[in-house]
Amino acid sequence: MGEINGHALLFLFFGLLTCLFSLAVVFSANVVRMAFYLILALAATSGLHFLAGADFVGAMQLVLYVGGTLVLLVFGVMLTAQNPFVSLRTAGGDWIVAALVGGILLVILIPVAFQVGLPPSEASLMDRRAERETVVSTEPVSVPTATRIGLGLLGVPGDDVSGYLLPFEIISIHLLVVLVGAAYLARAKRRVASDARGGVESGVAESE
Amino acid sequence: MFEILSQPIGLTHYLIVGAVMFVAGVVCMATKRNALGVLMGIELVLNGANLNFVAFGSNFLERNPAYQLGLDGQIISLFVIVLAAAEAAVALAIVLNFYNNHSTVDVDRADELKG
Amino acid sequence: MRRFLEAARELLQRVGNFDKKTRRVQVAVSDYLISHWGWYPLLVHTLMALLAAALVLLVIAGGSVLFIWMERKVAGRIQDRLGPTRVGGKFGWLQTIADGIKLLSKEDLCPAGADTLLFRIAPYVAFCASYGSFIALPFATGWVGLDINVAVFFVVAVLGLEVFGVILAGYASASKWSLFGAMREAAQVISYEVPLGLCIVIPVMIAGTMDLTKIGNLQAGWFTNWYLFHDPFTFITFFVYYTCALASVNRAPFDLAEAESELVAGFHTEYSGLRWSFFFMAEYGSMFLVSALGSVLFLGGWNGPFPLAQWIFGQHASELSGFSFVIANLLGLMAFMLKAVVAVTVMMWIRWTLPRLRIDQVITTCWKYCTPIAAVMFLGVITWQLFGLPSGGDVLPYHQQGVRRLPGALREGPFDTAEVLYAPKKDMLPAPKDSAVDARWHARARLASDRKGE
Repeated sequence: MGEINGHALLFLFFGLLTCLFSLAVVFSANVVRMAFYLILALAATSGLHFLAGADFVGAMQLVLYVGGTLVLLVFGVMLTAQNPFVSLRTAGGDWIVAALVGGILLVILIPVAFQVGLPPSEASLMDRRAERETVVSTEPVSVPTATRIGLGLLGVPGDDVSGYLLPFEIISIHLLVVLVGAAYLARAKRRVASDARGGVESGVAESE
Repeated sequence: MFEILSQPIGLTHYLIVGAVMFVAGVVCMATKRNALGVLMGIELVLNGANLNFVAFGSNFLERNPAYQLGLDGQIISLFVIVLAAAEAAVALAIVLNFYNNHSTVDVDRADELKG
Repeated sequence: MRRFLEAARELLQRVGNFDKKTRRVQVAVSDYLISHWGWYPLLVHTLMALLAAALVLLVIAGGSVLFIWMERKVAGRIQDRLGPTRVGGKFGWLQTIADGIKLLSKEDLCPAGADTLLFRIAPYVAFCASYGSFIALPFATGWVGLDINVAVFFVVAVLGLEVFGVILAGYASASKWSLFGAMREAAQVISYEVPLGLCIVIPVMIAGTMDLTKIGNLQAGWFTNWYLFHDPFTFITFFVYYTCALASVNRAPFDLAEAESELVAGFHTEYSGLRWSFFFMAEYGSMFLVSALGSVLFLGGWNGPFPLAQWIFGQHASELSGFSFVIANLLGLMAFMLKAVVAVTVMMWIRWTLPRLRIDQVITTCWKYCTPIAAVMFLGVITWQLFGLPSGGDVLPYHQQGVRRLPGALREGPFDTAEVLYAPKKDMLPAPKDSAVDARWHARARLASDRKGE
């Protein structure tokens, strides 16, 4: 069997966790458990990011995605987790159609994955450009990415990063717009008559 | 069967994990009746794509520097994370509005515009 | 016996001599085991990881034991009584052990309508979040679980995951008091992450790096080098950080989520025995973590108020090797622990002195007071840095090898912040990877420091 590669072991651990919890999200019926499995799946994805050498992106995934977006999602789940909505079952026919679509997509994606990840020697046979550049693939060294990503976002181009100042500014404005829009959409509305439903929902919505 | 443990991890492994996440998200979007379940499917889809970006940009997985995206992959995935957070916020606001107006989060009941 | 001593001496030498840049003790030890004794590398690395995890667990568990006893004593003294005096001597040293035995022997119940899986897993989620953020926290130069470049970011990120344990506990208890307490606490924690992040970015900006080891070592020397005394804005920032940290770990006066007088016990009402104690270990762990983070960022971390190791050994710990490195680091570790424990004691002092805030007062404090103050401090520190105004670090400056005292100038590789800042303005081409640029940068740095008259 040879020497066990630590990187492969860790990848197996995190990759299996990600896949298992993603499938658990699909097959679980209880929406709160789905949220919990999603949290674990995304945390395992962050581990995969760290393994691929993207430490800044992995930390950002934990802060923004798991610690921000999913907290928001879990809040939404808690606010609407009244008993009839916690477990909504889907009809069997829908499952068959979805499985068909998902299966076809998987069958298309996995051979593409195998083809893309060819070892460099075979890939360069198919691509003349790579033949012209005689590149020596050396042992990769893990470099700290935070400074270079920061400078790339400020618009300073480097040898492996382009300037991203304009998308950065657009995203800032976009976030401001989303902040205002979401706060406006989710504001507590003064309802004139609350006879159709109990006051619990309006009270819960207003106390948010 | 255990040869995978001694071989170095390559791009293929990451792409397969990304594909599984993506397909799980698509099936989630298609089958869940709870609107928040559909939202979770969207998050899974975006994360599968993110994993692909990071994998292509990593210099551990793709040893040939001619095929590496470099830090572009990581910056793009940062943008995807931020945009996914923004979109989840707005989608959640819409779902809460729907819940306040119809007292349900069942997407099968959102058929007032039908016909 | 002699072979053992030789092996120990070689190990200590390797520990000190290896990799002067990062001082990674674990790598030195594992190299030694692999090359000298020929163990499998994967086995050695796994053992080192388990050892680091066990040490961090020791810090949390031992810290919890100490803090629970200290809380009862401090509470007693502030309330003009003695606190525990019977178990284990006159001062009740073994009170925590007795508490632990009592908790272990309680009935392990799960409410009837509760979701059993989520109910059982919630305390472990909270504990894992609190425990996992210790991975990137350095206790001395090189004594860190994982020396990552984005350490500050990682610690704050994993600390923010504790809110999931709280929400799950509140929901899975199938009781409206628990759910209310959990939602209020979750809203409080995520609201206070914003000013906490702003306050944490300020020392990161002054240091120019997110690596906690480097931030700590940049404050070496006398206490005037601490970022607390860097400029008046950082001085105020420390107290804003402390307030936000108090609210982030749900300590009084922000502890309405677990307030006995309001919500029975908030989100952990239905928990008893060992599960409850996991929540409390998570809370004390988080208290220690934010105190330790604050001490590294603002109070110099393992660099004491006076440079004791420098007086004894002649150089800072990061330049020593072998046995003297271990001794210097131990002194630094004692200083670090002292600062963190003092900060936790002040947290307890505040808890038993101030009355509790209502939830709307808590959220008002966050959004109307802490966030604008933190933002203004941020602007103030930027202005202070931009105009190069005299800072506390100029009073008794201390130069370390490889670390410059210019703002934001830390060498991290060929693509360097300083190169961009001091590059000629007419072209923004990427810096060429040759030693000429390095020589120019070094010459300019030397000129600047000569001009400063050091």
